[in-house]
Amino acid sequence: MYNLSLYEIRKGLLRGDFSSVELTECFLERMERFSDLNAFITVCGDHALKSAAESDEKIAEGTAGELEGIPVALKDLFLTKGIRTTAASRMLENFIPPYESTVSRKMLEAGAVFLGKTNMDEFAMGSANITGYYGNAVNPWSRDKKLVPGGSSGGSAAAVAGHLCAAALGSDTGGSVRQPAAFCGIVGLKPTYGRCSRYGMVAFASSLDQAGPMTKTVRDAAILLKIISGRDENDSTSSSEPVPDFESFVGKSPKGLRIGIPKEYRAEGISEEILRFWQKGAEMLKDAGAEIVEVSLPHTKYALPAYYIIAPAEASSNLARYDGVRYGFRAKGFSLNELYENTRADGFGDEVKRRILIGTYVLSAGYYDAYYMRALKVRQLIRKDFESAFKTADVLLTPTTPNSAFPIGEEPKDPVTMYLNDVFTVTANMAGLPGISVPVGLDESGRPLGLQLIAPHFKEDLLIRVGSALEEAAKFPSLKEVARELC
Amino acid sequence: MNCAEESSGEWEVVIGLEVHAQIISDSKLFSFASTKFGVSPNENVSFVDAALPGTLPVINSFCIDQAVKTGLGLNGTVNPVSSFDRKNYFYADLPQGYQISQFYHPIISGGYVDIEDANGGKKRINIDHIHLEQDAGKSIHDQSPAKSFIDLNRSGIALMEIVTKPDMRSAEEVAAFLRKLRSILRYLKTCDGNMDEGSMRADLNISLHRPGTEFGTRTEVKNVNSIKFLTTAVNFEIERQREILESGREIDQETRLFDSATGKTRCMRSKEDAHDYRYFPEPDLPPLILEQSRVDAIRKTIPELPDAKSERLQREYGLPRYDACLIASQKEVADFYEKALDSAGKGADFAKLLSNWITVELFSLFNRYGKTVEESRISPEDMGELAVLIKTDVISGKTAKEVLEFMWKTQKSPSRIVAEKGWEQITSSASIEAALKEVLDEHSDKVAEYKNGKTKLFGFFIGQAMKKTEGKANAQILNDLLRKIIDA
Repeated sequence: MYNLSLYEIRKGLLRGDFSSVELTECFLERMERFSDLNAFITVCGDHALKSAAESDEKIAEGTAGELEGIPVALKDLFLTKGIRTTAASRMLENFIPPYESTVSRKMLEAGAVFLGKTNMDEFAMGSANITGYYGNAVNPWSRDKKLVPGGSSGGSAAAVAGHLCAAALGSDTGGSVRQPAAFCGIVGLKPTYGRCSRYGMVAFASSLDQAGPMTKTVRDAAILLKIISGRDENDSTSSSEPVPDFESFVGKSPKGLRIGIPKEYRAEGISEEILRFWQKGAEMLKDAGAEIVEVSLPHTKYALPAYYIIAPAEASSNLARYDGVRYGFRAKGFSLNELYENTRADGFGDEVKRRILIGTYVLSAGYYDAYYMRALKVRQLIRKDFESAFKTADVLLTPTTPNSAFPIGEEPKDPVTMYLNDVFTVTANMAGLPGISVPVGLDESGRPLGLQLIAPHFKEDLLIRVGSALEEAAKFPSLKEVARELC
Repeated sequence: MNCAEESSGEWEVVIGLEVHAQIISDSKLFSFASTKFGVSPNENVSFVDAALPGTLPVINSFCIDQAVKTGLGLNGTVNPVSSFDRKNYFYADLPQGYQISQFYHPIISGGYVDIEDANGGKKRINIDHIHLEQDAGKSIHDQSPAKSFIDLNRSGIALMEIVTKPDMRSAEEVAAFLRKLRSILRYLKTCDGNMDEGSMRADLNISLHRPGTEFGTRTEVKNVNSIKFLTTAVNFEIERQREILESGREIDQETRLFDSATGKTRCMRSKEDAHDYRYFPEPDLPPLILEQSRVDAIRKTIPELPDAKSERLQREYGLPRYDACLIASQKEVADFYEKALDSAGKGADFAKLLSNWITVELFSLFNRYGKTVEESRISPEDMGELAVLIKTDVISGKTAKEVLEFMWKTQKSPSRIVAEKGWEQITSSASIEAALKEVLDEHSDKVAEYKNGKTKLFGFFIGQAMKKTEGKANAQILNDLLRKIIDA
């Protein structure tokens, strides 16, 4: 039952094929057995079994919520009341939140069972899940060599792909849901900026962060998205846009839709295999009745550099609160400045420090206009690019990543090459647009590849509709054929 | 008056203020935590105020309304779109590591306050802008040799920073501006203006230059928390800068701290050590959009302000300018006065009389008992009645003072006190003349002395007649009658 989708699990639970407690025990057992994947930072077994038992009662009473009894995992940056939340940082090693994040609260209210908190890059800064304080998570598709699961939501992707949970929640600032989803052969959806509340989510870059579902199927993503969406009075940037029943768009034919292929995405040092799958994906949608059109996003090449100014700038400010004064890690210091210096030197890892330094630099007097202001202008141009592209196309189809998952230890050593992992995904964050990564096939080394769909603001329904058509046509292989020992 | 000009005759002083005014609001600018003063440390702290991970600011719309009201009350322009920015710096009592402020697009632009200048004329002090920001917490360093303590009760409280143009030229103008500003804010009920509780604080920017030349290098003086200290700080800084300039040296552009114990300012940080606050737009808050209808609705709630009130009191009741300004400077006093005037029958006849009785006699009772006008044990209506009793000669001014004392003590109406005590004034000429004749008969020797030129005895006869009438004789009538009889 562990390899069922969330949708199938829901049916099974309601039919009485198995109980939530049985299911939860099964996942907890697998989490322990495959702890080598290092997908979880914190496992909350007792807590999960207790809420599974409560869910079983509700199912029996006929008062089941939409996620009743379904065991899920949460990236360890969603604050969970009473359950340690670390953001994979030494800084929050012992931080037990006194309140629940809005998105996780909504899932709890829908009846979800929380199995644990998943591994990630420290403060969501990374593309391979190798920057966290708790070590790297491992991609379940690894064979001879251990592969990275992608990042920063690498633990969530590994947990879903490895069938350690029915579905998981990730967060996406520059591709942190979609890129690991592509690397691990699962579905990852980043909603429109403002679709989900950011309240209770450890902030990386406030104007870019969004929570997003990481699931085995497009339908599962639709189900989870509906639960976590909606206006929240605690987040002034959340939108009161109505939340449709996203699931109803699953399987709806893409016939008549115009699928845009951004020509600039071909030039970015992209692998031949990815290009082939991209082409294949377009053909699948054409076969399903969609029209393929070429579009232009002329400012694409400036997106990544601008992203790596805006995101670190916001992060440098957002992470200032980790000072050792009120909560979290505190190093010894005999003056206030020494306390800050020692706490932040020992509490943060290298990648976080690098981004704080970049962010502090680009906001400094004398540099603000040259870097930050200019990056904001680029951001406007990128938005405009998409606006005009969406005049001729309904949805855009792109690769999710320029390459497949790489072996742990063989990741690019210079940060800039590493940052290129986000080249196809950051544009959606910069423009606040929703995007989804759907697994479409395996490369020659048997590593998953994903294609990305990008839709206009609040048109996640189009992502579900076209994504499910792509999923249907691609017939992505089950992990069983590759990593038999996991299944 | 220009202090430096007085001493050396050749420097002009230029002063601008940044006034931090705490907005009157039950909850903080970006959280629901209470703003109550005087509670235990860290009692009024929400997750947002403590900057827990994942918390986000949410604008308190009441604080916005208060800022709009202030802007309108100070004749400023309400910007339909303003926005918040982060001012980044590390300090132990700044939980977020940044202060949310309005750096690029403030809520109010322009505005002015009129003050009286040294010659009694009107001088306009222009306001550059007013922006909203959150307050920091408080660090307490004097409770332990090795530790500092942090109280976050203030953290997140809404402040308006009212930034003036460099329009003031002396300590007196600074004091006059602050008093006027405080009066207006209190009228508007947007800031209580209590400087000793820290709900109004001012930073001072001050420079000296030769008249006709460009402004000099300025220093900023922080931490001045009373009008008296501001005056001291300005005068100290004028002297300090003048000495430096006259010895041919240059002023360092620096931030200085006022020490209330010594009355001096000292360098806090030089320009080189100035913080780089790395301002950037606050990504957690969308722009603040103010619909015209909202601004119009707030405009309707603005009461008559001190300048307008003072002019009306002069115009309608012929009250002298000094009295009108004094009464109008405090809304509660003005309300009390107008109510009293109303119950006395409103006429201009009573205006000056009531002004005297309220601002002199009643105020002295307030002072003696440590009460404010809101806590007065005498109602404005009774005050009006007292004025009527005086004006219609029922009691003399002297008796009225005693009546006022009894009013305070017993809270009885003045006419009841007068009736109970039998203090009505004798105004009948016949009765007074009878009493006077008795006195003159009893002291015929003194009448003779008087007629021989010892005119000082006039007062003696008056005193004796008063004694005979138990002090109730109308002094004017008595005076006139005596003169008539004795000088005849």
